[in-house]
Amino acid sequence: MAQIKKAEGFIDWLDQRLAVKAFMRVMMSEYWIPKNINFLWAMGVVLIALFAVLLVTGLLLLMYYKPDVALAFDSVNYTIMQEVEYGWLWRHMHGVAASATFLIIYIHLFTGIYYGSYKKGREMIWLTGMVLFVAFSAEAFSGYMLPWGQMSYWAAQVITNLFSGIPVIGDAVVIWIRGDYVVADATLTRFFMLHVVLLPLVILAVIAVHFYTLRFPHVNNQDSVELDFEAEAKTYKEGRVKESNVVPFWPVFLSKDFFVVGFFMTFFFFLVCYHFDFAMDPINFEPANSMKTPAHIYPEWYFLWNYEVLRGFFFDIGGMAAMDIGLIAFVFANTVFFLLPFLDRNAMNTAPAHKRPAFFVWFWFLVVDMIVLTVYGKLPPTGVNAWVGFFAAVLFLGLFIVLPIITKYEAKKGEKA
Amino acid sequence: MAQHSRRDFIGWALGGISAVGGVLALGAMKKSWDPLPSVQSAGFVSVDLSGMKEGEMHTVQWRGKPVFILHKSAETPSNDKRDIRIGEKRFVVLIGLCTHLGCIPSYEASSQTFKCACHGGVFDASGIQTFGPPPRPLDIPPFKRNGETIVLGEEGAEYQKMTKKA
Amino acid sequence: MREVKILAIVVFFTAVTYWGVEPYAHSQMHPHVAPADFGFKEMAPLHVNGNADNGKLLVEANCIACHGIKSLGLEAPMSPEDAASSYGVVPPDLSHAGVIYDKNYLAGFLKDPVRATKLSHKFNDAKPYAMPSYGFFSDQEIADVVAYLNNIGSSPISDKAVFEEACGRCHSMKYDALKAQTPSASMKNYLGAEAPDLSMMIRSKKAEYLTTFINEPLKMVEGIAMPRVGLSEASQQQVIAYLEKVGDRKKAERESLGLQLIGFMAIFTLIAYLWKVSIWKRAA
Repeated sequence: MAQIKKAEGFIDWLDQRLAVKAFMRVMMSEYWIPKNINFLWAMGVVLIALFAVLLVTGLLLLMYYKPDVALAFDSVNYTIMQEVEYGWLWRHMHGVAASATFLIIYIHLFTGIYYGSYKKGREMIWLTGMVLFVAFSAEAFSGYMLPWGQMSYWAAQVITNLFSGIPVIGDAVVIWIRGDYVVADATLTRFFMLHVVLLPLVILAVIAVHFYTLRFPHVNNQDSVELDFEAEAKTYKEGRVKESNVVPFWPVFLSKDFFVVGFFMTFFFFLVCYHFDFAMDPINFEPANSMKTPAHIYPEWYFLWNYEVLRGFFFDIGGMAAMDIGLIAFVFANTVFFLLPFLDRNAMNTAPAHKRPAFFVWFWFLVVDMIVLTVYGKLPPTGVNAWVGFFAAVLFLGLFIVLPIITKYEAKKGEKA
Repeated sequence: MAQHSRRDFIGWALGGISAVGGVLALGAMKKSWDPLPSVQSAGFVSVDLSGMKEGEMHTVQWRGKPVFILHKSAETPSNDKRDIRIGEKRFVVLIGLCTHLGCIPSYEASSQTFKCACHGGVFDASGIQTFGPPPRPLDIPPFKRNGETIVLGEEGAEYQKMTKKA
Repeated sequence: MREVKILAIVVFFTAVTYWGVEPYAHSQMHPHVAPADFGFKEMAPLHVNGNADNGKLLVEANCIACHGIKSLGLEAPMSPEDAASSYGVVPPDLSHAGVIYDKNYLAGFLKDPVRATKLSHKFNDAKPYAMPSYGFFSDQEIADVVAYLNNIGSSPISDKAVFEEACGRCHSMKYDALKAQTPSASMKNYLGAEAPDLSMMIRSKKAEYLTTFINEPLKMVEGIAMPRVGLSEASQQQVIAYLEKVGDRKKAERESLGLQLIGFMAIFTLIAYLWKVSIWKRAA
């Protein structure tokens, strides 16, 4: 047992029992971050801020929400939106923060790809990040069902129906997931459980792991310069802060992040109060009706690129049904990002994309293609739209097929030079 | 050495029984997710066809889905693979969800077609797609005929014959 | 400078995506339609001035057998339930009919109700409309009835009262404890569809859409069972104001609190920036 002495103060008392000083040093004041970064490195902290918003507003909504098909819609749209003081604010914040989280996740993800932060020792950061993406997607999807509006119902119906594409047991799996032949009360209550307990627990755990994975490889920097963190930290601690290439997480790195968070949250509250339709679809203010389909069914914007890959293959090819090709492409699109560190065959080159010409072109093709997929995922799939969607989906698959080739070529050229 | 292997064995046995317990518990959890008996029994709906007039179209709800029941009139072209014959009367029973993306088509009595407002799909009176994006005819729900009553959800001989041919 | 450039790129791609999935996609899904027509010009306007005194006689002889005029103390001859089961739908009270409905529409409605309401896909000789046509009236007589109804209903009425008269016979407003006067089972029989509750309509359809929709439902949704009710522009605005009062009653709070929240975050951001500068000067 440790040597316990009479404490010199509260902090000392805690420190003798919990080693809080050492803990703060390791986690905060001596956790080193490179100096050569830009505001894109603050997206992680913005995400934490948004997650905190989701958690707190979610708790408040939970006090009045009723997970029952007969009560859910009114508990949200009457009790919470109209009766509870500031209930509307919590709901708007919750809905908009969910959408905003995905916007920041996408920026965060593309930053990682652009600056090559997914490889050379940083694979685990990438993989846990992708697990978080999937967990957040499930969280968003299950949450979208809870208000029990038309879009909640029909999106749930269409998405759970995707599982019927699994060979042989597909139809049974769909019924098993729903707990009924259609999306119904049993579905609502189980998705409620997922949304408020299981998935948040998973997300919290994976966030912790995601942070932990950063500790050994360290955060990347703008020019992917490899730093000797111990030497840099020593320089910093000796007081030569201007010479050192690193700064401590607290307070230096976070002071900038707080500014970025503030900047973003200013915009966030504008969206919450004046411009929320993109995150809270008007159609969802109509109560769910299993006997009436809305004229247009589409998922939330952050799932659209995925949805369009599924839908893009609208005609049979070589005896294979369009729907099966779509499903295979969909599964491919949802797993291929996990494989990114291994598809990049030039693993040792972590230079940012603008220093890797072929990769640079690949990157912007990916960004533009995903935006095209997103937009056409919402448009009605008729006429020209269907073909644009088809080619964009093919391009998406193609990009990941050529990635190993162009990176391999790049590696070879690098060796020669 | 004997001591050692016995300890190994007990260790493995403990691991083994834990694994068995884990699998059984997962099985129990899987079953908790199954549709409840009350939900399953609600999956069977009886419809009496005797009162329907010629050319009439009824929509009944079965497993949360709309089911169209059409009493074909004499002029309506027959389709031996999809018609249910009760004496001289001919009926079609169809799941009222467009096979394209699952919207609910509406019945147009004048042209005797089912039209889907979502993406313009059209089905004839037997549920065969005649226009637009639908990839296959409207599905026929499993049914069993008892005289002039049909039970949706049970697979009768006529249903099995239809699905075999189609 | 580099950060500004990066920010510009991020904002650009975010804005393009937003534009594509919101304004552009919605313009594709909901093609543009002609704006609301509050003149009801396709029904030939009356070219005679009505005589309210003669109108009174005509109304007493022809209308009050089915309709009540509560403002004059004339109760409807049947209870709503009985009326619904005999006519299919509860006949409207005529206290304010002369003001909330457009004059031109009223005249057209009296002559040919099915044409005025645009319900020819629901009613025909086999299934006649509940209100008989007064096509046998002369233009002068029709103008007299319209003038009389306009006379008795001249006092201003509340948004809610307009809603109850114009919409409340078929539609409920659950969040304001208003139940449709016609029971919903009769509704389904009468028009082949249940009339939805309108509590959240303002959030699901938005005022702009409702303006054209209420004016002429059939133009917006093919085959819809809802009749054109012929509200004047002012009364229709009252209906929409009422929908907003019930379905979006925190709008004013939202819009004023929004400024405060944005202001607060702006000040937070400014202080955070100053703090960051001071720390980086000293420690980076």
